Amino acid sequence: MKILVVDDFSTMRRIVKNLLRDLGFTNTHEADDGTSAWPMLQSGDFDFVVTDWNMPGMTGIELLQKIRADERLKSVPVLMVTAEAKRDQIVAAAQAGVNGYVVKPFTAAALKEKIEKIFERVDG
Amino acid sequence: MSDVTQGPEEFTALLKERAPRLVEHVDSGNIDAAINVLVELQHARTPELSAEHDVMELLREKALLLHDRISDGNYEDALVTLQDMQNVRDRGLYQEVGRLTRALHDAITNFHIDSSKGEEISEMTDATDRLSYVVELTDKAANKTLDLVEESLPMADALREEAGELKREWERLVARDMTPDEFRKLYWRLDEYFKRLDSDASQLSGNMTEILLAQDFQDLTGQVINKVTGLVKEVEASLVDLVFMASQVEAITGIVTKGEDTEVPADKDAKGHGPQIHKDQEDVMASQDDVDDLLSSLGF
Repeated sequence: MKILVVDDFSTMRRIVKNLLRDLGFTNTHEADDGTSAWPMLQSGDFDFVVTDWNMPGMTGIELLQKIRADERLKSVPVLMVTAEAKRDQIVAAAQAGVNGYVVKPFTAAALKEKIEKIFERVDG
Repeated sequence: MSDVTQGPEEFTALLKERAPRLVEHVDSGNIDAAINVLVELQHARTPELSAEHDVMELLREKALLLHDRISDGNYEDALVTLQDMQNVRDRGLYQEVGRLTRALHDAITNFHIDSSKGEEISEMTDATDRLSYVVELTDKAANKTLDLVEESLPMADALREEAGELKREWERLVARDMTPDEFRKLYWRLDEYFKRLDSDASQLSGNMTEILLAQDFQDLTGQVINKVTGLVKEVEASLVDLVFMASQVEAITGIVTKGEDTEVPADKDAKGHGPQIHKDQEDVMASQDDVDDLLSSLGF
């Protein structure tokens, strides 16, 4: 399972990576915004994307829309892990085809639950 | 301007009283204090409040006079009165502009953006630097904590794993289900484990203490943020003053400005708002549970 973690704060990337490793996912890669994530997604065979919303350059929602519009990437599950908590934004993310939405500050349990749910649905 | 000046004796008395202090301030290089004295004297010479009152009074007087003269058919004198009124109005305007200029100067001084005082950086620049310092400190603390946790976790995991295995072996020994050769191995393995336990436990304890100390950023950043918050409040107050003054300028000069349309761009949400501080707002999800409820209502 190859996972891409997209967040503009390196500490948040580290926290997410550590939690993922705890869940048994060791093959994680990092990008600091949508713009740098996009070429990585294009060239790498990523199975899962965890992204923040608010980032310089390309935001998380733009990245999500781009992934869903791409013929090859459109089925890659995307989990949004973000401080953005406005009702309209969550609705927008759902409409754009997000697979899970975790609001910061989050707990290890919340992240675990969402990730397990995503793979249950993807595998099932 | 004799009609708006304070009693000349009073002003002279104040001038006599203040003059030595003014000289004193100038001599000691305390220019701000000197300016304050000058401003006070200027105010004493032309008190605005009475001036405003006098202008209205004068206008009323002249208006009555004008009315009388027009009624009497005395057009030449009426025109002179009209000119008088114009003069009064102009004088009122000049006074008002003078007052506003002083107030504007004070407001700008209070605004903390005036970086003209030599080498001294403005408080705004200072605030920006301070906030960058907060980002730097929190970043450092987070990374240090993460480093120590990443170092400690495998250590704790390894200790637990080895303890599990030793416990299984030990149970075999208690059940007397062990060859002498195996016992000898267990003997040395336990010896090894105790040594490791001693050093790793003290290492873990040391790491915990360092993590504890890494939290000192909260104190430092708290102080810095409180200072910046204070500055923002001051600037807000100054801005309100400035806006109030601008409205007065518009009122006395008759300028009408149309406010800009406060249209919210549709893609504001897409750019992101950052963390929501006021979780009790209607359109903000207060918790992960609320987000989950919303998503499930959308068919997730």
